Amino acid sequence: MAKIIVVTSGKGGVGKTTTSAAIGTGLAMQGHRTIIIDFDVGLRNLDLIMGCERRVVYDFVNVINGEASLSQAVIKDKRTDNLYILAASQTRDKDALTQEGVQKVLDELSTNYDFIVCDSPAGIEKGAQMALYFADEAIVVTNPEVSSVRDSDRILGILQSKSKRAEQGKEPIKEHLLITRYNPSRVNDGEMLSVSDVEDILAIPLLGVIPESEAVLKASNQGAPVILDSQATAGQAYSDAVQRLLGDEIGHRFLNVEKKGFFKRLLGASA
Amino acid sequence: MSHADFQLKGSTITVVVLDIYRYLPDSFSTQLEQKILQAPQFFANSPVLINVGKLTNDGSPVDFRLLIKQCSELGLQPVGFKGASDEFASAIADTGLASLPDSSASVRAVSFEAPEPATQADPEVQVEIKTVVQEKVVQRPSKVITRPVRSGQQVYAEGADLIVLSQVSEGAEVLADGNIHVYGALRGRALAGVYGDTEARIFCQQMDAELVSVAGNFLLSESLDESIRKQSAQVYLQDDTLKVIPL
Ligand SMILES: Nc1ncnc2c1ncn2[C@@H]1O[C@H](COP(=O)(O)OP(=O)(O)O)[C@@H](O)[C@H]1O
Ligand SMILES: [Mg+2]
Repeated sequence: MAKIIVVTSGKGGVGKTTTSAAIGTGLAMQGHRTIIIDFDVGLRNLDLIMGCERRVVYDFVNVINGEASLSQAVIKDKRTDNLYILAASQTRDKDALTQEGVQKVLDELSTNYDFIVCDSPAGIEKGAQMALYFADEAIVVTNPEVSSVRDSDRILGILQSKSKRAEQGKEPIKEHLLITRYNPSRVNDGEMLSVSDVEDILAIPLLGVIPESEAVLKASNQGAPVILDSQATAGQAYSDAVQRLLGDEIGHRFLNVEKKGFFKRLLGASA
Repeated sequence: MSHADFQLKGSTITVVVLDIYRYLPDSFSTQLEQKILQAPQFFANSPVLINVGKLTNDGSPVDFRLLIKQCSELGLQPVGFKGASDEFASAIADTGLASLPDSSASVRAVSFEAPEPATQADPEVQVEIKTVVQEKVVQRPSKVITRPVRSGQQVYAEGADLIVLSQVSEGAEVLADGNIHVYGALRGRALAGVYGDTEARIFCQQMDAELVSVAGNFLLSESLDESIRKQSAQVYLQDDTLKVIPL
């Protein structure tokens, strides 16, 4: 039975798709058979970040509507073994995903995969609720700013009230906090919330802190998940997060401003 | 006008009752110590009423001062005796502690000689000093919430108290006909006594509420005193004014 992980946030543009691609790839690199599903109907994005947009023939909605079989729609990743992608539909209406349809696809995938990563659309309405409904675990992606944290709080409320696990009174969805686009110097300047501010407000366990990094944009332009860039801080931070997701306890990195160079130190000392 | 220097009031206190059947100083002390060790927290500094109503000492006198001393040494606070027969009355009077007649106290007693921990002192053991006749409202069990109440969520304890063992997020709302207890940060809105109970209160571990209200009298975040912010606090109504004070 696959473990279903939803990557969700409430707010848009915080790094859900970047995270789904990185975490999914990281799990596959650790030898776990993994499929990433794009639930963002109409805003198909995951295939671009994974660099497989040209290979999309059939999508999630085609499968639900019986226009294609799963084996026709699932794309095998070219770079990483054990990794598969199911793209979102580009053009269909937002109501194309039905609960029964999603359930059927997930059930079928469940027997074949270790992890199913669901990349949620933004918002807290139907689309986001569909992506989280069947989840066992949730990665709540939050930027260190007030509006993003507030939206994450809302989505946490929905995870615990409108998911299948909540409705059936089962063990609640396991929650993980992933703070992305973290910029320690802006935190020091008081322009961003700190990790402990966010942890204090949301009160869920911290899975990782992904620093703001130019490597992310570069990676998405190249169509390669940033976790493959082992030189980049963001790539390393995603690798750490995958380890923690798999149960390892490792310390958090990149939380503080990098040590100043010699000249800056001199200037700083005189200030 | 002259003001009285004191006020007399009736009150109810909770005590442990020690039923003593036989008093042999050495074994008494040992047995009592064993008993206390079963629940040391409960017995620590506990006031104790010594019930001698069933005490027979085969005609030999009882050293009540020693009995009191033994109790004190084990951390109890003897407050008086109860049910003294004529046989012990003067010896008890000599100790200087109160002596209550047998009938005045309605008690659930701790049987001193009972060996089972199950029959040990019940925390509700009490002596009714005063009888109050009052109309009893049938109490509904409190509503207990163990997870955070998140932004956009609302929880209402109808006809009952609400207990939240976690935080109440900004944008969340908790309501109760009775009291509200939040064992975490209160960042959202809390409305106690929503059915008009002016006696209802709000208690929280960390006061950072957007709004607090008791029986419709409310206060917004901006009117909270800065000194109370993020402190543990209670909110109650006094003469139609909401008071927010540290706990
Ligand atoms: N750690 C990061 N550092 C810099 N830019 C980032 C980071 N994470 C995400 N981004 C950028 O933020 C934008 C939104 O990311 P995306 O993953 O598409 O968010 P979402 O799926 O939540 O809408 C993209 O332009 C992406 O490159
Ligand atoms: Mg996205």
